[in-house]
Amino acid sequence: MATLWFAIVALMLVIYTVLDGFDLGAGTVHWLVGRTPEERRLVLRSIGPVWDGNEVWLLAAGGTLYFAFPPLYAASFSGFYLPLIMVLWLLMLRGISIEIRAHVDEPIWYAFYDFLFALSGALLSIFLGAALGNVIRGVPLNGDGYFFLPLWTTFRVTGSVGILDWYTVLVGVMSFVTLASHGAYWLALKTEEPLRGRARQIAAVLWWAVALLTVVGLVATVWVRPAVLDHYSRPGAGWLIPALVVAALAGMAFYRARGRDLAAFLASSLYIAGMLGGVAFAMYPTLLASNIDPSFSLTLANSAAGAYGLRVGIMWWVVGVLLAAGYFTYVYWSFRSRVSASGEGVY
Amino acid sequence: MNLFDAAFWSRFQFGFTLTYHYLFPQLTMGLALLLVVMKGIALRTGDRRYDEAARFWGRIFGINFAFGVVTGIPMEFQFGTNWAAFSKFAGGVIGQTLAMEGMFAFFLESSFLGLFLYGERRLGRVGHWVSSLLVFLGSWLSGYFIVATDAWMQHPVAYTTLPDGSVQLSSFRALLTNPWALWQYAHTMSGAAITGAVVMAGVGAFYLLTGRAVEHGRLFLKVGVIAGCLFSLLQLFPTGDGQGRLIAEHQPTTLAAMEALFNTAPGAPLVLIGQPNMAERQLDNPILVPGVLSFLTYRRWGATVQGLDAFPPSSWPDNIPLLYYAYHIMVGLGTIMLAVLLVAVFLLWRGALARTRWMLWLLMLLIPFPYIANTAGWMTAEIGRQPWVVYGLMRTAQGFSPEVSAGNGLFTLLGFMGMYTVLTVVFLFLVRREIEHGPAAASTAAAH
Repeated sequence: MATLWFAIVALMLVIYTVLDGFDLGAGTVHWLVGRTPEERRLVLRSIGPVWDGNEVWLLAAGGTLYFAFPPLYAASFSGFYLPLIMVLWLLMLRGISIEIRAHVDEPIWYAFYDFLFALSGALLSIFLGAALGNVIRGVPLNGDGYFFLPLWTTFRVTGSVGILDWYTVLVGVMSFVTLASHGAYWLALKTEEPLRGRARQIAAVLWWAVALLTVVGLVATVWVRPAVLDHYSRPGAGWLIPALVVAALAGMAFYRARGRDLAAFLASSLYIAGMLGGVAFAMYPTLLASNIDPSFSLTLANSAAGAYGLRVGIMWWVVGVLLAAGYFTYVYWSFRSRVSASGEGVY
Repeated sequence: MNLFDAAFWSRFQFGFTLTYHYLFPQLTMGLALLLVVMKGIALRTGDRRYDEAARFWGRIFGINFAFGVVTGIPMEFQFGTNWAAFSKFAGGVIGQTLAMEGMFAFFLESSFLGLFLYGERRLGRVGHWVSSLLVFLGSWLSGYFIVATDAWMQHPVAYTTLPDGSVQLSSFRALLTNPWALWQYAHTMSGAAITGAVVMAGVGAFYLLTGRAVEHGRLFLKVGVIAGCLFSLLQLFPTGDGQGRLIAEHQPTTLAAMEALFNTAPGAPLVLIGQPNMAERQLDNPILVPGVLSFLTYRRWGATVQGLDAFPPSSWPDNIPLLYYAYHIMVGLGTIMLAVLLVAVFLLWRGALARTRWMLWLLMLLIPFPYIANTAGWMTAEIGRQPWVVYGLMRTAQGFSPEVSAGNGLFTLLGFMGMYTVLTVVFLFLVRREIEHGPAAASTAAAH
């Protein structure tokens, strides 16, 4: 049962990253794709009706994590106190900048919120990546199941580590580049020329960075935490995920070059799902590793909530996720066409 | 205990961010209901003015909703960041309601809000009414899951304690039908409906007093005054009464502190005004109505109500004067609102409301009252629960994150304060603009 919930939480985080990832990425690249206030407005229109729903996946994943693994929620949220609160501030700025930009028809008003939108999107991508880097590297969990990390110490991955060290910064950069490229694929899919062409050009340039960072990131991860390879030495599933990632990378370039925007965007989504799924696969059954003493690590065995609660939860979770899938299908279908200057929309 | 220790800043930050956050949902939950009603009337009668009114309030709703969403995100996260020990202890139970809020309420409201705000032409009249209904459902469901979470902290049910000290769920049904949750939900949502109604009536009064948007102003006044009066009655009875009797039964110490009843007495009085004097353990300058507290609590004028002297001081709420004032402000403002709205409904019935200028002034000036009363109500509930974070099971002093220092807590609190100051300025600026532009402009904008 705990394994199932591990898979569910991982799935929800993957969905969050794929969906809100393109909102954040669109924010990061929007000032390159749109050159005038009117063009930038089209970028906002392409995510306007969906961004809030996408962000809910983070809240729902957080709630589900809390529900299924309370000690993990308690340890990680209090241990990553400062960066998490900063993520909250950035999420607030991002939401506000999208929602109120269109309320006042003044160039100076647009300029300010466009800047805020790009800045919060870029920083959020980096922060979320750095958080993942911390989880992979391990944290100084003590015997009571708590830890606290300062923002930075010596930037080394051993000894008394901070939130930011060379490895977590690397993962942050990976996340930044990946989501910026993901956002560019989304914009190529949802906009018309000339925005579409610019977005595809950005995606083309970023593809090389994504491919390079995939290799560098993999080598660095194995170096920082060799144990991640354990599960991959087994045949079968161990080969599936790397194959998926390589195929997705190839698909991104292949479909983009042929102008098949939807396929290229889906390949980019698959790449993100493969990378995150690969991390979850490598971590299992550890949830948060202690770099003080492996016996202090939080695992499925010592962190799962009571069996009765988890059983009941499956029933409402399945109902809830089916409903959510229904809403999302309907909303994405309603807004399926490319956005254009003449179209309806308030953003 | 050091006054400014880490636990203090965590409490301060949670209280501050929550109080600020709830300024927005109380309006959106109330307006969501009124929007469904107005869209429904427009659909049934074909009266276009109701559609225009709904468009105007939809814009106010949209701004408030955006601010509610962004200020709501920190709430869930702070359970982990600042209240880690509490989360580890209680997550096995309240994780249910918090996760369900995300799965059932947030997805629903976030998916259909965009369609409601921007899809009127695309959806058609019936479809647009349905979208308003779904947004209403989502926001009121969200309210239930949050109130059920708080109700469990007030009155823990449906749990078993494990050897490691944490609690786990033992009955899903009992958690969701906690009697405390049912009364508290009814009282909270009725309070939110009052905010929506009073704001609507107040803006209508403003339009009539300034001679702008007169026709829409009358309509706002009518809907707002009727709904406000109805929910103000419900707020008093049965919801307020039901909530109060639960407190009397399960939190007798809290009841005594709310009324600043220091000494156990038969025929306990209801306090109208007075200042609790903690040093002398008495109420200074009291104005009392004899016997009423006994009657409200036990339905007998001479019944004995336990005072604070019946309980050890270590179990008293740690800020009795603030609790006492919060409670009395809530009740006092609620009573004033009810009185004003009753007279307003009478004037409306006589067809004289729109030209009774003193009443229009009163209604316009009434706008802050429901916000203050709702805030004071939540303060009564949360300060009244002290010194417990989970009543009878875990003390607040044991619930905070052990690794988060006072310095870090203050750092983020100051950050939130700065951020919310900016948000307040932007919010007031935007809402003032919408009211300035008025209902006619809102409909023109929707037609583009």
